[in-house]
Amino acid sequence: MSDLRYLESFRDPEIGRSLLASLGILARRLPRTPVRIMEFCGGHTHAFHRFGLLELLPPEIRMVHGPGCPVCVLPKGRIDAAIDLSLEKGAVLATYGDVLKVPGSHQRTLMKARARGGEIKTVVSAMEALALAETHPDREVVFFAIGFETTTPPTAAVILEAKRRGLRNFSVFANHVLTPSAMEAILSGTSLDGIIGPSHVSTVIGTRPYDFVARIHKVPLVVAGFEPLDILLALRMLLSQIAEGRSEVENEYARAVAPEGNPRSLELISRVFERAPALEWRGLGLLPQSGLAIREEFGFFDAQRRFSIEVGHVSDPGICECGDILKGVKGPRDCRIFGTICTPDTPVGACMVSAEGACAAVFHYGDREGAVS
Amino acid sequence: MSGGRGSTGPRLDLEKGRVEMVHGSGGRASCQLVEEIFLPAFDNPWLRKEGDQAQLDLSEGRWAMSTDSFVISPVFFPGGDIGSLAVHGTVNDLAMGGALPLYLTAGFVLEEGFPLSDLVRIARSMGAAARSCGVSVVAGDTKVVERGKGDGIYINTAGIGRIPSGVNLDPSGIRPGDALLLSGPVGDHGASVLAARENWGLATSLCSDSAPLHGLVGAMVESGPGLVCLRDPTRGGVAATLNEWARLSGLSFEIEEAGLPIRPEVKGVSELLGIDPLYLANEGRLLAVCRPEAADTLLRAMRNHPAGREAVSLGRVGRGHPNFPSGSVRMKTLMGGTRTVDWLLGDPLPRIC
Amino acid sequence: MCLAVPARVEEILGESQARVRLGGVLQEVSTVLVGDLRKGDFVIVHVGFALSRLDPEEAEKTLALMREAAGFEGGEDVRSQIS
Repeated sequence: MSDLRYLESFRDPEIGRSLLASLGILARRLPRTPVRIMEFCGGHTHAFHRFGLLELLPPEIRMVHGPGCPVCVLPKGRIDAAIDLSLEKGAVLATYGDVLKVPGSHQRTLMKARARGGEIKTVVSAMEALALAETHPDREVVFFAIGFETTTPPTAAVILEAKRRGLRNFSVFANHVLTPSAMEAILSGTSLDGIIGPSHVSTVIGTRPYDFVARIHKVPLVVAGFEPLDILLALRMLLSQIAEGRSEVENEYARAVAPEGNPRSLELISRVFERAPALEWRGLGLLPQSGLAIREEFGFFDAQRRFSIEVGHVSDPGICECGDILKGVKGPRDCRIFGTICTPDTPVGACMVSAEGACAAVFHYGDREGAVS
Repeated sequence: MSGGRGSTGPRLDLEKGRVEMVHGSGGRASCQLVEEIFLPAFDNPWLRKEGDQAQLDLSEGRWAMSTDSFVISPVFFPGGDIGSLAVHGTVNDLAMGGALPLYLTAGFVLEEGFPLSDLVRIARSMGAAARSCGVSVVAGDTKVVERGKGDGIYINTAGIGRIPSGVNLDPSGIRPGDALLLSGPVGDHGASVLAARENWGLATSLCSDSAPLHGLVGAMVESGPGLVCLRDPTRGGVAATLNEWARLSGLSFEIEEAGLPIRPEVKGVSELLGIDPLYLANEGRLLAVCRPEAADTLLRAMRNHPAGREAVSLGRVGRGHPNFPSGSVRMKTLMGGTRTVDWLLGDPLPRIC
Repeated sequence: MCLAVPARVEEILGESQARVRLGGVLQEVSTVLVGDLRKGDFVIVHVGFALSRLDPEEAEKTLALMREAAGFEGGEDVRSQIS
């Protein structure tokens, strides 16, 4: 069907096979191997595993999974706060499906809270949360917003729309985080030979925010689309840069990403949000200027203000090695408790909580035997 | 069926009436429900006796028995409703054992306030499904729970069917080298039910594939030897069924993504919601394990039958591995790599990430 | 981190909504993040919003680049170098 064209043409197995072969040739010509390449975005981690790409890559390429999984880096204290909003404060909580099974403190989850009587609704769109507020005029409806820059414009749009409609029972518990800050944290902690940049964050912010990666850290970065051929072409572009001693920001996803990003989305974000001074990231700690807070002007729609939410700090147990895994210092299989104490059903740390966390991806899709890492 | 004969008084308002507590109490009102809704819909000699039990003449030999409960919401969906689903689901549970389904029971738990017009529609749909499957609903029961304590309607069924002599379908017979066959495209039911959730703004012509499979099974059994076992991949999808077999046998199940039939609409729903079609429910498909030399004949028999026109060979069973006593399920992807098809703890959830 | 798919604009529904199509499935999405859309345009859809337009010309260019890099048309015939 022609409307599937932009999914299917970028999944063509024949082009994929040949791209892989050419990747192998390039890889063998590299002066120093293996090369450590991080795919920053959890969606790319998911794509690597879903399409079984890791085992097909030439051995000279060592993929390092990045922290670009907003569910994974959401601190437990925020899950606790969301559960409280539902169970203690009686709000109807509208949430994306990804967070439902993520444990906060004491293995409590939103799904378990629902079983205990909390009114928690799964939404697939931010607008749906707004509609819930309109159909439940006698209840407080809180939208549990998470995500990197991709998901932020929809939240901003929804807050503006709530204001326009004069809704009095709707607010947003905002947990949006910023990609460049996370990248800076990674780059200061670990050495990488290249980065595959996120697809859809980049449609919003463009490619310019990554300039510091190439200029200051001298690490090549290629923004890649979501499909397997995109990933393979981006890898090829990275290997070429490495071979030629270049460090530039390149854009493989030109069909959806412009260097300046999406001005409308950026304008909406800056109208509604401002940078929070410092935000705690699960596994990565406190990162400066790394998150967004709702501006005073829209404070009425800020659930944190409306419900006086105090987000507590809850650390992961000492045995958890997610910090190192998120920074790319260790791989999932290097963790002492991977697959034994820590599994997707009983996740201990950030990397196992979401299907695209580095550890969960390896657990779900990888060969338990160890062929895939 | 419990309740006395011959209720007197005004008839039920089948158009605008609603289920009330009194309809579950076993008195005259319960009897009305039976006589005015269920009897006309299911009509058969056993039900007409209105006894507390159905008395059946069962032949000698082996019989299969199954039970299932249906709690689906929405109750009416494209391609069926909870009633037809209940009949097909029970028929199929029996058919997966090679049995010819014959008798069903139907127990209803109704929520106070449930529209009688919906109940009539569901009962009629069940009756029609039963008739077209050649089965009879011979016994039933109705209970009513207070408003707020039920999701409209729950249906529980039990079914029995006769297993022809010589038919012995059993997953303990699965061996390395066996072939895996799938009777048609995956995910139709799961995707159409998800798409029917009204607050998600999706619209599609996709229908549930809810259908009886005993005819297809009959044709497969008749085509010759070599059929090892069958299962219909309902809740949890193809992934759940293959993982169940893997766990039972300790063997590795290897399938190919390139061979997995999937409708464009199911692809569309899956991609838009971020759900893997391998985990979507199917209500009119079966997975078969057979000896490799029987695969071609079986596929031909399946494709000759209306319920198996798009049957494919999906993969094969491989050797187990001592490190994986619970077996494994792996898929060769479109790109030529391999991924594990894991067993989800629960239903797949829509993702944004 | 961001599941987004390329879908075709089927119908414009007023100023801020559109109906898009993928695999024949229709979904209503908000268009407040993108400019004027027309039927037949492709957009990237995420959480019920059209995030950005997909540029068909750039898409073709990227595909051509992929074929070239894979040694399909012109360019270095990579396959003959496979040892």
